[in-house]
Amino acid sequence: MGFEIVTESSSQSTNVVAECLRSWNPKAVVEVIDFRGETTIVVPRELLRATAERCCADAKLQYNLLTDATCVDRYPAEPRFELNYHLVSIPRREKVRLRVWLGGNDPVVDSVVAVWPGANWLEREIFDLFGIRFTGHPDLRRILLPDDWEGYPLRRDYPVEGYRDVPNTGELFRKSSTP
Amino acid sequence: MVLNMGPQHPSTHGVLRILLELDGETVVKAIPDLGYLHTGIEKSCEDKTYSQVITLTDRMDYLNPLGNNLVYCLAVEKLLGLEIPKRAQYIRVMMVELQRISSHLVWLGTHAIDLGAMTVFLYCFREREEILKIFELFTGQRMMTSYIRIGGLALDPPAGWRQAVERFLKMMPSRVDEYETLLTENRIWIGRTKGVGYISAEDAVALSMTGPTLRAAGVAYDNRKVFPYSSYEEFKFDVPTRTESDCYARYLVRVAEMHESLKIIRQALDKISNEGPIKAEAPGIIPPQREKMKTEMEALIYHFKIFTEGFSPAPGEVFVTVESPRGELGCFIASDGSPKPLRVHFRGPSYINLQALPKLIEGQLISDVIACIGTIDIVLGEVDR
Repeated sequence: MGFEIVTESSSQSTNVVAECLRSWNPKAVVEVIDFRGETTIVVPRELLRATAERCCADAKLQYNLLTDATCVDRYPAEPRFELNYHLVSIPRREKVRLRVWLGGNDPVVDSVVAVWPGANWLEREIFDLFGIRFTGHPDLRRILLPDDWEGYPLRRDYPVEGYRDVPNTGELFRKSSTP
Repeated sequence: MVLNMGPQHPSTHGVLRILLELDGETVVKAIPDLGYLHTGIEKSCEDKTYSQVITLTDRMDYLNPLGNNLVYCLAVEKLLGLEIPKRAQYIRVMMVELQRISSHLVWLGTHAIDLGAMTVFLYCFREREEILKIFELFTGQRMMTSYIRIGGLALDPPAGWRQAVERFLKMMPSRVDEYETLLTENRIWIGRTKGVGYISAEDAVALSMTGPTLRAAGVAYDNRKVFPYSSYEEFKFDVPTRTESDCYARYLVRVAEMHESLKIIRQALDKISNEGPIKAEAPGIIPPQREKMKTEMEALIYHFKIFTEGFSPAPGEVFVTVESPRGELGCFIASDGSPKPLRVHFRGPSYINLQALPKLIEGQLISDVIACIGTIDIVLGEVDR
């Protein structure tokens, strides 16, 4: 099956990941950040999907588990959205983070659901709370909030109390909520 | 026919709604609908100082508050580059392993009652009570403990703690065997769980499943072994795995995990010294002792600054994962150098494992849906956050 775990931790330095991606496509790695022993590889937006596929399929990388995907809003800086994908290679016992920057005017990026099906709900959560659209996502609907919710609550410019005095649950219950 | 299961259904373990498209009694399609418990914890975190967030973490996965405290504190400590005294690390390990047993007990009890075995539920809650008593002894709280703090622990273990844990360790192994005599060979239990809710190892990894559900599919992925934290590398224990990947295999994995946790607690008990620090030395981050605060000017200033402003870690991002009873629990913190986190995100294993539910139940009978929800071991507080 290929999921056997090696007994000792892999001694390869994680910058191997950057080297490996560079040798595949020199444009794929914009920047490599090391902070507190964690490696972050910044990837251009157009190449996210291809890089993700490479990370998953390459025999030297084997990042087969997408453990988490999340977004950080750096408002009012531009580009304001920072998407982080946390990858784990179960056979190699390695972690890496892929990062993509998205501007506030056009927060659209390719979905990675085709690479890791587990990205489905993670991307829906980011869409729900940050309003980032994922092209090619099979089922991009709100997941935690009601379908008729206004705004994206985890954006930094969204007030903690919301936009309205009264929560908009009344309309939701009147409407048939079958998707 | 489309059937609405939940949000108020005892077997959904909270408020989960599943739309079931049925053909007779067979499930053709299942669409989970969640968010009924969404409280915006991640948004609230952005408005609190680093220390204040700890009380919110308790309230996510309410069967694993200590584990949530731990993952958050580990993340902040990584951000700060803090070194934690060994004694505090061992106490943390002991507490989260007790928590793992208590969480598995709730799982086993509720899973069994869902499938019609009433007795196991009562037995499990009887033993869970003993663990909660230990928590009360250590932390003053049964559930929302907030015991693990940034830089160490809230309190020194109280007098008599060792005897209390010893008593529990002596009692528990035979009690776990007792559950096994009730279930493992039980024909009804086998009939309800064996071959139900199969998922292949490839699918489980692709769907980002972790924890006992993944290990029951034959993948020995356990954060305590693969990416050890809090001195787990010093403990000897096995990672139980099965290959059948059905509800019965997951039951066996979790029961075996309880035995492994008992082993870890035993080792931790031997490692924890009676005297020693429980907090790191970091003035300005960890509140000074009360006596010092009353007698030393500097300590008073630190005390005042910590509780009015908080502390400011360096800008950067960290992502820390631990093994919660349900799987990989992760905490992502982005700091912008201010006393409040820019972003806190929790990777809830329940949320991500629940994603695989349609895969488990499509093509199965409607009565197996209940077995499958139980077997993933979801806590809706963590799913919705």
